[in-house]
Amino acid sequence: MASNGSNRGEKLPTLKLTVVQYGILLMMLALAGGLWRLQVLGAANFQQLAEQNRIRKEPIMAPRGKLFDRYNRLIVDNYPSVSCFLVREQSHRVDADLPLIAKGLNLDLDQLKATLKHYRSSPGYQPIPIKEDITADEQAFIAAHKNELPELETIDEERRLYPRDGFAAHLIGYVGEVSEEDLNNPRFAYYEPGDVVGKAGVEETYDALLRGSDGSRDVVVDSHGREVGYLRTQHAIPGQDLRLTIDNDIQRAAELALGDRSGAVVVMNPKNGEILAMVSHPSYDPNEFAVKINRADWNKLITDPNHPLMNRAIQAQLAPGSTFKILMSVAGLQEGVAQDMKVMCNGGATFYGHFYACDRHHGMVDIEHAIPWSCDTFYYTLANRLGIDTIAKYAHEVGLGQRTGIDLPNEATGTVPSTEWKLKNFHEKWFAGETISVGIGQGAVTVTPIQLARYISGVASDGHFVRPHVVDPAQLPEQFRQSLADQFPGSGDATIPLDPNTWTIITNGMAGATDPTMGGTAAASHLEGVDFAGKTGTAQVASHAALALMGHGVDTRPNGWFVGVIPRRNPEFVVAVLWEHGDWGSNAARLAAQVATVYVNKQRMEEHNVLQQAGASKPIEVGAVWSVSRPAPDGSGSAGETAELHGGHFFLDLGAPAAAPKALASGIFPVPDWLSASPPRFKEDSH
Amino acid sequence: MRRFLSFRDFDWWLLLLLLAMCGISLVEVHSTTVHTRFASFGPKQMFWVAAGVVIMFIFSKVDYHRILDWAPWGYWFGILALAAIFTPLGHDALGGRRWIKAGPIEFQPSEFVKLVLMMMVARYFANLGGRDLTWRDIFKAFALVGVPMLLVLKQPDMGTTLTYFPVLIAGLFLGGISLRQATILIVCGTALVAGVWSSGKLLKPYQKARLTSFINPDNDPRGKGYQVKQSLIAVGDGGIWGKGTEKGTQTQGYFLPIPYTDFIFAAYSEEHGFVGALFVLLLYFFILMRLIQNAQTAADLSGSLIIMGIVAVLTFQIAVNVGMVIGFMPVTGIPLPLMSYGGSSVLFTFLALGVAMNVRMRRFVN
Repeated sequence: MASNGSNRGEKLPTLKLTVVQYGILLMMLALAGGLWRLQVLGAANFQQLAEQNRIRKEPIMAPRGKLFDRYNRLIVDNYPSVSCFLVREQSHRVDADLPLIAKGLNLDLDQLKATLKHYRSSPGYQPIPIKEDITADEQAFIAAHKNELPELETIDEERRLYPRDGFAAHLIGYVGEVSEEDLNNPRFAYYEPGDVVGKAGVEETYDALLRGSDGSRDVVVDSHGREVGYLRTQHAIPGQDLRLTIDNDIQRAAELALGDRSGAVVVMNPKNGEILAMVSHPSYDPNEFAVKINRADWNKLITDPNHPLMNRAIQAQLAPGSTFKILMSVAGLQEGVAQDMKVMCNGGATFYGHFYACDRHHGMVDIEHAIPWSCDTFYYTLANRLGIDTIAKYAHEVGLGQRTGIDLPNEATGTVPSTEWKLKNFHEKWFAGETISVGIGQGAVTVTPIQLARYISGVASDGHFVRPHVVDPAQLPEQFRQSLADQFPGSGDATIPLDPNTWTIITNGMAGATDPTMGGTAAASHLEGVDFAGKTGTAQVASHAALALMGHGVDTRPNGWFVGVIPRRNPEFVVAVLWEHGDWGSNAARLAAQVATVYVNKQRMEEHNVLQQAGASKPIEVGAVWSVSRPAPDGSGSAGETAELHGGHFFLDLGAPAAAPKALASGIFPVPDWLSASPPRFKEDSH
Repeated sequence: MRRFLSFRDFDWWLLLLLLAMCGISLVEVHSTTVHTRFASFGPKQMFWVAAGVVIMFIFSKVDYHRILDWAPWGYWFGILALAAIFTPLGHDALGGRRWIKAGPIEFQPSEFVKLVLMMMVARYFANLGGRDLTWRDIFKAFALVGVPMLLVLKQPDMGTTLTYFPVLIAGLFLGGISLRQATILIVCGTALVAGVWSSGKLLKPYQKARLTSFINPDNDPRGKGYQVKQSLIAVGDGGIWGKGTEKGTQTQGYFLPIPYTDFIFAAYSEEHGFVGALFVLLLYFFILMRLIQNAQTAADLSGSLIIMGIVAVLTFQIAVNVGMVIGFMPVTGIPLPLMSYGGSSVLFTFLALGVAMNVRMRRFVN
């Protein structure tokens, strides 16, 4: 071979080429062996890994149950909301894209940079929330820039849409992300991290019903997490809608009557305990933390000295003042002490060497006059005759010093002092002198507005006390109803046999309080032609000595109370008003009278003053989402109807002629005709 | 007796094998890009293959002795071009400066230099005439290949740098290095690599981690390790028969990194299984054997050395790329010849094969 005619004569040695050939063969065999190992021996394992790679379980959020008022008028709804996230890993030029992103999403560029900086140390695949609740325009921007801005992602969620301006905020409550504490609580075994759960009010109590049950979907994704298909879907079970016992009209009237005063209003049907209205001011806007509230806003809410988050209707424990005298009268009459008691009032009386003042010189007072006049001297004397433990016994019987068992979280108990109570809490003996102030609802005794409403209406109902509630139990599953009773123990439904005389005397006395001809303390709340009976209370927030010490800057004006019923015996309506620092119970009585008027006029299908004022003031905005069926676009008729989703805010405007509802801020939801044409409810059928 | 070149002597069998290989490549490039924003890659690749075949025919008509004569000019031009990358003419791509851009012309000198090196090495050893090599000859060969290697390494383009190495090895082996010299070189080389590795001065820890991530991909699950892991899953997922064109979940779901270039063999293995992968390996084997046969029948030593240089580069690239895909080798970014998408790669491969054709067609000439 070496000399086959080539003019240079050199050739590669064949041996070396053969070595190369075998080398290549060996390499190929090695590669084939590697393929065999992966594709034949390891196929099952790798196929499983590939499956895991691409299938992601994605939760489908169950829509939360809506809340309606007693006439099925919508109070709380959900609306679909889209949030925007940024995933740095998906683009090499996030920083260069930021100006465009800021412009398209209407964000402040510096703020956006600050947000990203904040997440700098977190892994690149972790989505950074950059804007919540984005508008349709912003969604369109993201969709249009899918290729240029692959780092932007959106997530759909349902959000709670609450009435604006804190309408019934404390009663409804709010939702938020489940806390670490709740996750560790066996009662909430069904919670998972990141869940949105009820945090207060009805939202908390009825969370298990409202939340429904989330579904899930097996989503096929690519390596960027982009969805490319679905495999299996387990549908979500929507939460149960709940009808509250609230009457939006009464609630509205109560909100307006209280205005921006600090205090609470509770309206209840004494026959069955249904709460018609529950207001606590100052209030807050639960929309601000429909899912998440920022830390600054939250701190502001919880450090506000006015405690806007506190539901005063069930949590304010304050001295009842003269409203306690109804209980005193019950005790006195039932014990047979008060009937024949006559007390000379010379602007006060001296007990145990102390002078206890009355605000007036009432002269000779008996039980019939002591209630409407609210004569302190009479009740000092009565308290002294009864003794603290007898008073405490009756107070407990009517449900003071314990929860009423209303279906709202964190109800306060109030305090009923007794010798036993003092020994237990202060390790001290009860001094007889302390009983005297208790007789007029001062001293250690404290109550909540809901307790007052329940106890006074119970007395007016001949000793039939009810358990207040805000959700009609008829719509609850049996098991839930049972657990509710265990969860909210309280005085509940109860009957104490009252002497017929006791009943008559006290109810007549309460009627006298609102009767100008009787010189009653609540004469200002007299309603012509309405049997509106009640009792005022003016409770000092501190003793005179303490007031002198506190000096300026602290609001030391007394709290005004009023509890009124219609009619005086076997009432169908009770209203309890607390006006913090309202100076006099008679002021609170005026507010109560406004609410009572709306109630009565509503019964009579008449329009009233308060509601006309309402027209002038800011209307209550209520959010809603509804679907409107439309025929199929091809005009084929009923066969192919499609439902179109609408949403917006409309106004609970009861007094003025229906104002044209405004669309949601973004202006994307059309408002249907029926809504703008809707007349105020109780105009429908006048006379 | 002088015979004129005729296409009757063209290696039609080799062309058939090459076209089969390119056909498979086209199908897989199409499959991996058609549902992405790179959907134009399929048609583009078809154009590159067509252009490559034309270039191959053209170069098969050019006397390789003439090419060898020109090679020194090409070599110096290549060195200049590689140096020019570091001037403002250079152009960034894929995390390194690899391109020269002058007006509308974009040019990747490293591919051109690879071709020139094959010629230079063949020329160098052919001129030595097959005699026993002196150490001086060996060092000269090292210098010849080492200068462009360092320039490319500086870009930095580790993958291409490595492909220059087999040219040198093949030249030394076939050029007549003695067993003793080879042993000394291997020992020194091994010591050098071990020294560089353990000194920790030239290689940063993350570079080491990358080089070893193929051994345990979980050490670097989001970097190169992630790529290796996804590649292994893709290959294994294919099983014996594969998932079918455009049906590989790893490939179509973007889990596999750059499935149309460096990891095209993983994509192909997922969609066509063990059977398909074995078929491709067999095609490569036949192509290489055919080339070696041509080297054997070449009219002179320089022709043989040219073809064996090509064989060395192709073999090295196949071994490293497929080895990387199945977890035998570190991730180095070396494309699979005749499979991976890319104009430069296709054109220079065909150009080199055109020269090889010429060597074959001239086997009875002279």
